[in-house]
Amino acid sequence: MVRKYLQIGLFVLLAGVIYFSFITPAPQQIIGEASRIFYYHIPMAWLTVVAYAVNLIYAIRFLKTRSELDDFRSLWSAELGTMFCVLATISGSLFAKVTWGVYWTWSEPRMLSIFILLLIYGAYLSLRAAIPTPERKGIISAAYSILAFPTVPFFIFIMPRMMLSLHPADSVVGKNLHFTMGGTVLAIFLVSLFSFTVLYFWLFGLGIRLYKVQLSRSEEA
Amino acid sequence: MALSLTVEKLSKSFGARKVIKDLSFTVSIPGSLGITGRNGSGKTTLMKILCQLVPPTNGKVAIREGEAEIASTDCFNYLKMITPEMALYEMLTGYENLKFFSTLAGVRLDHTEQDELLERVGLIERGDDLVLAYSSGMKQRLKYAVALLAKPAILLLDEPTSNLDDAGKAIVREIIARQRSEGMLIIATNEAEDLKQVEHVIRLDN
Amino acid sequence: MSSGWTTKALAVLAKDIRTELRTRYSLNALFMFAFTTLVVVSFSLGQLSLGVQVLSALYWIIIFFASMSALSGVFVKEEDAKTAQTLRLFARPSVIYAGKLIYNMLLLAILCALLTPLYVVFMNVTVPDWPLFLVVVLLGIIGLSGATTIIGAIVAKANVRGALFAVLSFPVLLPLLVAAIGGTDAALVGAGWAGAENHVKFLVAYAVIMITTSAVLFDFVWNG
Repeated sequence: MVRKYLQIGLFVLLAGVIYFSFITPAPQQIIGEASRIFYYHIPMAWLTVVAYAVNLIYAIRFLKTRSELDDFRSLWSAELGTMFCVLATISGSLFAKVTWGVYWTWSEPRMLSIFILLLIYGAYLSLRAAIPTPERKGIISAAYSILAFPTVPFFIFIMPRMMLSLHPADSVVGKNLHFTMGGTVLAIFLVSLFSFTVLYFWLFGLGIRLYKVQLSRSEEA
Repeated sequence: MALSLTVEKLSKSFGARKVIKDLSFTVSIPGSLGITGRNGSGKTTLMKILCQLVPPTNGKVAIREGEAEIASTDCFNYLKMITPEMALYEMLTGYENLKFFSTLAGVRLDHTEQDELLERVGLIERGDDLVLAYSSGMKQRLKYAVALLAKPAILLLDEPTSNLDDAGKAIVREIIARQRSEGMLIIATNEAEDLKQVEHVIRLDN
Repeated sequence: MSSGWTTKALAVLAKDIRTELRTRYSLNALFMFAFTTLVVVSFSLGQLSLGVQVLSALYWIIIFFASMSALSGVFVKEEDAKTAQTLRLFARPSVIYAGKLIYNMLLLAILCALLTPLYVVFMNVTVPDWPLFLVVVLLGIIGLSGATTIIGAIVAKANVRGALFAVLSFPVLLPLLVAAIGGTDAALVGAGWAGAENHVKFLVAYAVIMITTSAVLFDFVWNG
């Protein structure tokens, strides 16, 4: 029963975000209407990272517990993360076209880090597909997940400093965006961030419930 | 100092398929055990679990020295297994294989001891040839020499006499007899002749 | 972890070198791959005069692809020949990892020693700052083998290894490649130590992080 109300609550929140993100004035005057994508792009990018963190936590846990459920949680979060990562890449690319005039640039560290996450997710899923035995799938892919993790902070924190020494300020990204987060903009953004995060955890929980049902069915059979 | 191998409520499943169910037994030194069962009944899997190469789904395997349990990461020091699923280095000679594995086992073998080992398995004349040039029976014999160089307290043999000619079988019988009286021996086989060599037999059939 | 540990790790290394000298399984493939790539690049870009940034990027791209052709061999060979199972009953995982890591480092070092002079000749490169160049290459080799050795062990447990090795390695190696290209660039421009400081520091940090993480994870991968 509680679950039902939470679902309705999530629906209302997301519907509200979509509605208000379009009827309120555009959040950034220079870019104009297209800047509304910001309400969606940032939550997607954020959830890409959250999903990887969840994947990583359950990967570490799986190496200790060796429970198939932990392995499934890890995998399921990676699958959801891949979806958010694709959405973040596409919305980011559109955003880049409008702001900087190109769909893609390698000198923007945030775009690069999202792209690297896409590669890691892709590599993780192909690795799983290439291992025949289920037990081994879990162990080996968990190890890869942990190994690839240190590269993520690199692109977010260290890369910008190193690129500075490579490229002077005349790069494409010279025009930095300053969002003056006024009251309404900030409110819509925070609600959007919150409700998409809840959406992720709802999907995550849904997958696990489905997995448990299938597991108990196959045990009965 | 008495070494024992204990299996407690061990089970192993691959996905939904249960291979080993609730198995418990203890073997101490000196002692011997035979494991038998039709193909696919989990003999090799059980052997691998005993060597800590494969984790069990439930239950545990422990090697104890008196009361003290040996850490699972150290177990390999106390046991060696000979199985068709393992191989030696084909691009090394018989002697080089012996030397390499004795360094890894932390055993110093001088030349006479190496010769003795090869003599015992009947390979003394082929010691300087690459393993690549060995027949499958000879490779099997060299595996015995390599496993024995570490003087393991526990020796596990998976299908010990498959691939061997009569002379080879005689060599294995001699090794089995000695291991049975001096240490612990576990054999997985379907050969009635081999099962006669051990004190107890476990049948894996579900 | 006493002196016995070192002896054992070196025995694994010596065993691999000996087998390699008898079969030339990886060294030939590694070198010929790098050489062919170099010739293809040099031939197709022959008429153009390339900037320093492009030259340093090409150098590392050649090394990256060459290592993808050979560095997983150390584990793939053991799994395929079924000797991995035997090794598990004779040594601790850390011993195996250390031996294989040093082996891959040596393999890459030999590759770079052969490739660099050819590269200088074919691509018409002048290196004003050899010490810096060599330091960057050396650190690059350590980081590259630090990351790929464990990925080789991962790949050895899977199917379709060739393609998978590159797919798994690329995202993990990208930071290293960025830093190594930057450092090489600094050495070719003659920017001196000050110009390469960030890159060199990063290369050291990368190698340390990758080797420590691999050492922890290797037990799971090797026994998995």
